[in-house]
Amino acid sequence: MEAFVEAENLTRTYGAVRAVDRVSFQIRKGEVVGLLGPNGAGKTTTMKMLTCFMPPTEGRVRVAGLDVVEHSLEVRRRLGYLPENVPLYDEMGVWEYLDFMARVRGIEASERGRAIRRAVARCGLGAMIGKPVSALSKGYRQRLGLAQAVIHDPDLVILDEPTTGLDPNQIVEIRQLIRQIGSEKTVLLSTHILQEVEAVCDRVLIINDGRIIADGTPAQLHSEFQGAQELSLLIGGAAHDDLSAALGGIAGAERVQVGEPDARNSGVFAASVTSGKDTDLREAIFRLCVQRGWVLLEMHRRVVSLEDIFRKLTVREGA
Amino acid sequence: MSGKGVGMTGAYAIFRREFAAYFGQPVAYVVITAYLLICGWFFASTLFLEGQATVRTYFEAAPLLLVFFAPAIAMRLLADEWRSGTMELLITLPVRDMDVVLGKYLAALAVFMVAQGVTLLYPLTAGLLGNVDGGQVVSAYIGMLLLGGTYLAVGLWASAVTASQVVAFILGFFVCFVLFLLGKVVALAPAPLVPLAEAIAVDTHFANLARGVVDSRDVLYFLSLIALCLLGAVSTLEGRKWGSR
Ligand SMILES: Nc1ncnc2c1ncn2[C@@H]1O[C@H](COP(=O)(O)OP(=O)(O)O)[C@@H](O)[C@H]1O
Ligand SMILES: [Mg+2]
Repeated sequence: MEAFVEAENLTRTYGAVRAVDRVSFQIRKGEVVGLLGPNGAGKTTTMKMLTCFMPPTEGRVRVAGLDVVEHSLEVRRRLGYLPENVPLYDEMGVWEYLDFMARVRGIEASERGRAIRRAVARCGLGAMIGKPVSALSKGYRQRLGLAQAVIHDPDLVILDEPTTGLDPNQIVEIRQLIRQIGSEKTVLLSTHILQEVEAVCDRVLIINDGRIIADGTPAQLHSEFQGAQELSLLIGGAAHDDLSAALGGIAGAERVQVGEPDARNSGVFAASVTSGKDTDLREAIFRLCVQRGWVLLEMHRRVVSLEDIFRKLTVREGA
Repeated sequence: MSGKGVGMTGAYAIFRREFAAYFGQPVAYVVITAYLLICGWFFASTLFLEGQATVRTYFEAAPLLLVFFAPAIAMRLLADEWRSGTMELLITLPVRDMDVVLGKYLAALAVFMVAQGVTLLYPLTAGLLGNVDGGQVVSAYIGMLLLGGTYLAVGLWASAVTASQVVAFILGFFVCFVLFLLGKVVALAPAPLVPLAEAIAVDTHFANLARGVVDSRDVLYFLSLIALCLLGAVSTLEGRKWGSR
């Protein structure tokens, strides 16, 4: 099936900051895709380009074959969008708000009532219909935000961090609602929670520092990262740069980190070596140490999971 | 093409919402009531203190009154959308930036016209009590509409550049005040600059209309200022595309 959303080398800079950096991805019709990344990864910026809030600095995106810059109005007609933090007009009533959104979207008077009732039913807002927006709980605000995003029966629904700020029960309900919407529509949602994409999405795009670093189904990503192994080493009698170069030179070593020398035992270094799936480097490291006359004080093997990879991204960002 | 149709529908929907929003807010009533009371005072003071039933003092005071009143009506229009984040959603609806600006502007203008409509009581009363030149009143009201419309457009542009209603008010007030003041200090300007100051100043153009002279050049002056400010607001909204909003 051909791509419904197609981003090619999408780039956005804010002054010197490259918020989104040559991002390419495709979304097929009917898919529910999660854009997963820590804060500041570029999720919102990516969505702002998709929704025609701002054009890409470089690259392009097409929705249903239409370029978002050239055919901006047509693209906007076909998508529903719920921005981060659910901005709503607090001074309006729930029905009045949906009526306004339906009018701006050009839904005919004869269709409007039906469109609103359908969105209300779909999002479980029935009991709130007469309430002012300002009186809604966070969970119901979210539902109202979702209702306006689907009121015109769009092909594509874009949701920016749709469960942030909700309590655990509300999160479960909203995820269920998103899955339900996803059974009929193409959905792109962003989140910084790994469990969320696993609970809701068919496919995950992991974004960090403005770049897509992984793309696949949750199961694929799990098995891809699951096999990765990390060896923690403690080696004595070596020089820092020598050690780093030698470990990096081992066939199959993907990432090498050598720490600062131990304060008490000079010439003792902690190091870690990551290797791909099914690659066991323990023997090679042992032989290297023997050959160079280094003392292998400790070696510990750990299997890395998707959670580990993602946590590393998040922790580094928080630090 | 359906593009245009949808655009106007969008502008109309925004107008409707905005107009209703004014009357859902206490601030709007306060501002409008204050305007009516002050206008009424200028009218009543001549009536009772001088025993004259005339709207002359009222139309003399009006340009300065509007310097406060118009930016106060316009300040929330776009600033509040930036503040609450609703701008992000509004702009991604299938409406052009111009439709957003136009819908908002017309709503503010309609609110102003409601308030201004109530002030028609003053010339009507004056007409009952004394001699009022009907043609002059009509012309002066056209002048008020154009002047108010201009100041509202200035206020709307000011409201596009900031997320703070207070900042939007101060900025709009400042620009309107400069336009107003130019006419007052024109006599002090160096001779070569006088024609320029007169051409830019609001006073010169409003004075003709208040006297009962509807000159197309004056009308054109106000309409061009309005168009300039609305386009300014549109380009400020579009600034998000290149800037770092
Ligand atoms: N309006 C802006 N002006 C300047 N920098 C911005 C702006 N918006 C976002 N950024 C920067 O761009 C990067 C990506 O931000 P964003 O897309 O909001 O990330 P996310 O939604 O994943 O948290 C961050 O480094 C952020 O500081
Ligand atoms: Mg974000």
